[in-house]
Formats: sequence, structure tokens, C-alpha cells
Amino acid sequence: MSDSAVYMENLTRDFGAAHVVDDLSLTVPKGTVFGFLGPNGAGKTTTIRLLLGLLEPTRGRAEVLGFDTRTQADEIRCRAGALLEHSGLYERLSAEGNLAFYGRIAHLSKAQCATRIQELLTHLGLWERRKETVGTWSRGMKQKLAVARAMLHHPGILFLDEPTAGLDPVASATLRDDLLALVEHEGVTVFLTTHNLVEAEKLCGLVGVIRQGRLLAVGPPNELRTGRGASRAEIVGHGFDAEALALLRARPEVTGVEQQNGRLLIDLRGEAEVAPLVRLLVCAGGAVEEVRKGHASLDEVFLSLMKEETP
Amino acid sequence: MIADIQTMMWKEWKEILLQGGRRGQWNLLITIGVFGMFMPWQFGAAWVTSPMSLIYWAWVPLFMVTVVIADAFAGERERHTLETLLASRLSDRAILFGKVAAGVSYGWGLAMVSMLLGLVTVNVLHGRGHLVLYSPGVGVGIVVLSLLSAILAASAGVLISLRASTVRQAQQTLSLAIMALLFVPIFGAQALPSQMRDHLATTLATAGASKIALLVMAALLILDMALMSAAIARFQRARLILD
Repeated sequence: MSDSAVYMENLTRDFGAAHVVDDLSLTVPKGTVFGFLGPNGAGKTTTIRLLLGLLEPTRGRAEVLGFDTRTQADEIRCRAGALLEHSGLYERLSAEGNLAFYGRIAHLSKAQCATRIQELLTHLGLWERRKETVGTWSRGMKQKLAVARAMLHHPGILFLDEPTAGLDPVASATLRDDLLALVEHEGVTVFLTTHNLVEAEKLCGLVGVIRQGRLLAVGPPNELRTGRGASRAEIVGHGFDAEALALLRARPEVTGVEQQNGRLLIDLRGEAEVAPLVRLLVCAGGAVEEVRKGHASLDEVFLSLMKEETP
Repeated sequence: MIADIQTMMWKEWKEILLQGGRRGQWNLLITIGVFGMFMPWQFGAAWVTSPMSLIYWAWVPLFMVTVVIADAFAGERERHTLETLLASRLSDRAILFGKVAAGVSYGWGLAMVSMLLGLVTVNVLHGRGHLVLYSPGVGVGIVVLSLLSAILAASAGVLISLRASTVRQAQQTLSLAIMALLFVPIFGAQALPSQMRDHLATTLATAGASKIALLVMAALLILDMALMSAAIARFQRARLILD
């Protein structure tokens, strides 16, 4: 447990009859960027609130950086940075004013605070605009500033609750890149919730999938993709008639065939070879122009998990 | 703990001063101008010498604190800054006392500045070569009474603000509570049987102003302590998050 930044053991939180977080057991090693994936209402935000000691678990227990969330929540909050559901910035204050407030909360000296503010804002490209009132900023800039606020006191762990939610693709990508650079530079553990799978795949070394409060799968994104999704072939061409498709479906190594805009998407059992299938299509009169083989994306793994678990 | 309370006060003061932009700052100066210059000019030396000064200097901070305190928690909730604040290392007491202290220092501070400015105004305009000053008893009474009434408004305001979902709702409830506080004793006395009312009037007349002032201060102190205790009991992180 000493090497883990987050440790949960049968963590459960009920609201009335609903199990919002249901028997979660999970370990996140120190220095990891952990992505907690799930649809809206899956229990991601409640889990963060439990880990920050803002809510008490109904059953089970959790530790963050070795501190118990029930009895040592103050210690956790001293060592954690958080960007929660909302940016939590004071819009009447300047960017510098917002950071100065949280610097004072963290008991940084004036000099330490000023140096750190300059370091973070320069890194995030906001230094020139530090005197501006935050209320006039775009959502993307506010999110960046909120990341700076969360990292101001060199936290041991960073909780980010859907940091790119509501941002346009450009702002999302910029924030993601900045975040990744900052996290690598500071070596901080990150506990990130998201339903953006591209984000999870880019940022996270470890991901967990949650639905209706229950943990469905956990592992590095690559392992999840290869472990769950078997392999898939994509064949581009024409002349794939119903007879050719029926022949494909009859093959033992094929688990599914789908035709989309002149492309055939073939789900394969295990690491089956594609060459015999191409030969079969050509013999049946089809013309093959391009063949690609790979694993299911994290997106597809996520969707398949969601479907499996749908009651 | 003291440093954390000061940090909270620092942020609250910044927000109070920036509230409403330049217009908000003008409103502040106008308020000081009204209570520190206009009214002393109109009332003359009586502004200082009348024992009634105890009453309006108890009322001024009550009014001033009411204007800003509703924002304490309802404002944080409305602007989605509360959860981030609660996720910080600040203790419950530091957040609560910091907000109360900011409200009190604002209301009481402005009242004291206005009182001192009023003293200067009366002496300049109505002094006629003599120094017009509060009697020591009235002076101490003003300082203590205005402080207690500022604490009353701040603790009641924070308690209401903790429960309210919007600033508007908090302001409305607080205004009603302050009105009730002012009018219930008056209408309550009116409702008493005439014999009892006469007895009360005689008792108050014979007691003297200083005894009545002490009685009011004691009542305010008890009320302040009760409201602060209620606010401390009501301030629970989990409850605030779920609200």
C-alpha cells in the first residue's frame, strides 16, 4: 500500500437505495496517470469526493497517499490538488489573485508563491494575461488556470474531474498537451475522470472502466484493447456480394462481419490470419484494394463493456 | 488557524471591494458620506450628544453587514466555487470564522470610520469653538454595541447563507430575519396587557440608559453566541456538497 497513491477496498457509497459507488476495489500506483472512464452518472465524481474526504463511504475504505479518507481527510487535502466538476475560480479576481489565494491557503511564502505562479502561468501560456479578471476569459483558459491552481502547492496527487468537458476540440487538445507536459515535468500522480476515450488513451498509463458504480475492467489501455477486443480486419474494395459475406461469416475464425461504405469490418477470433479471408473474397469475385489489421480501439472496448453490462 | 482565517478574510474583502466594480466602490464612499458627513451636518451637535446615537450606531453595522454577508456561502454555491474551496486544506472553522470575520470587519469597520468622520464633521460645522465629544460611557457603548450587532448580522447571515441555494434567497431571508428582530420586540411590547406594559415602561424609565444598554448588550451577546454555535453545527462539508 505504501507504493500506491490510491487504494480502495470495497468502497461503497449509497444515496438512499441507490449504490452510486458499489464495492470498488482498486489500487493506483504512485506516479501513474490513472483514467477513470464511465458514462454520465457512473459514480466517477462521487468517487473523487470520497477520495478527497468530502463524503464518507457507506461501507469499505480508501487511502490516498497512505492516509485514510475517513479519519485523515485533512492530511489528504493538504497533499492533493483538485480540479472538480467546475473550475472553481473566483471570476471577480484576476488570474494572479486566484492563484495567490490558493497559495496563501497552502502556506506558501510570498516569494515562493510568486515564483510558482510565474512558473505555472508561463508553462501554460497565461503569464501575459495574469492581471486580467478571470470572468472575461474563455472556458479553455479558465480550465488551464484551474490546472495551475491545482498544481500550485506541488501536490502528491492531482484529481481532475473531466478537465476537458465542454471545451472545443482545439482547446481540449491544447489543455491535454499542457497537462501531459506538466504532469511529466512534476512527476505527480493523476486520478482523472473522463468519458473522452481519446483523452484517456493519450494521457493515461492505467485506466479503469466504471458503470453504475461498479468497476468493470482495469488495466493499461493497450492491454484492455488487446485483451478485450481481439483483432479486427478492415478490407477496402468492391464487389463484396451477399454470397461472399456469407462465406466469410461461415469461417470459424470470424466472429462478425459488417459492411460500411465499401469497407468490410471483420472481427476475428484471437490473432487469426487475414490472408485466407482475402483469398476467399477474391475467389468469390471481389476486388480488394487495401487491407488493414489491428485491435479494437479503446472506444470499442468501452462500448462493448457498456453493452455487456446493460441490464 | 489564525493565518487561515486571515487568508479567508483577505479573499472575502477582495471580493467585497470588487463586487459591482467601480459602482460598488462609489456606493461604499456614499454610505460613509451619508453616515459620516450628511447626517451629522443635518442633526448638528445632537448627532454626538444625544443618547439616541447608541441606537443608530447599533443599526448601521447591522445594515452594512446584511448587504454583503448573504453572499458568503450562497454566493460560493451559486458561482460553483464552494466545492473547490471545501476540497482545499482549510479547516471548517477557518472557512466559517474567516467569512464571519470579513463581514464583521466590513460592517463594524465602516461604522467606526463613519462615526469618527461624523465626529469631525460635527466639530467643524457645529462646534462653535467647543470640542463636541461622546461621553466615555456612550463612546464605549457605541463601540461595543455596534460590534455586537455586526456579529449578530454576520452570524445570522452566514447561517442563512449556508442553507440558501442562491444569494437572492439568502438576502430575502436575512432581511426578513433582521426585520423580525427589530419589530418583534416593539409589537411584542404593544401586545402586552396595559398593566404589564406600564410596569415595563416604569422599570425601563427608572433603570436608566446605561442599565438598558447593558441589558441590550447582554441579550445581543447571548444571541450572537447562539447563532454562531448554530452556524458551527450546520457547517458540515458533506452536507454542503450534497446541498
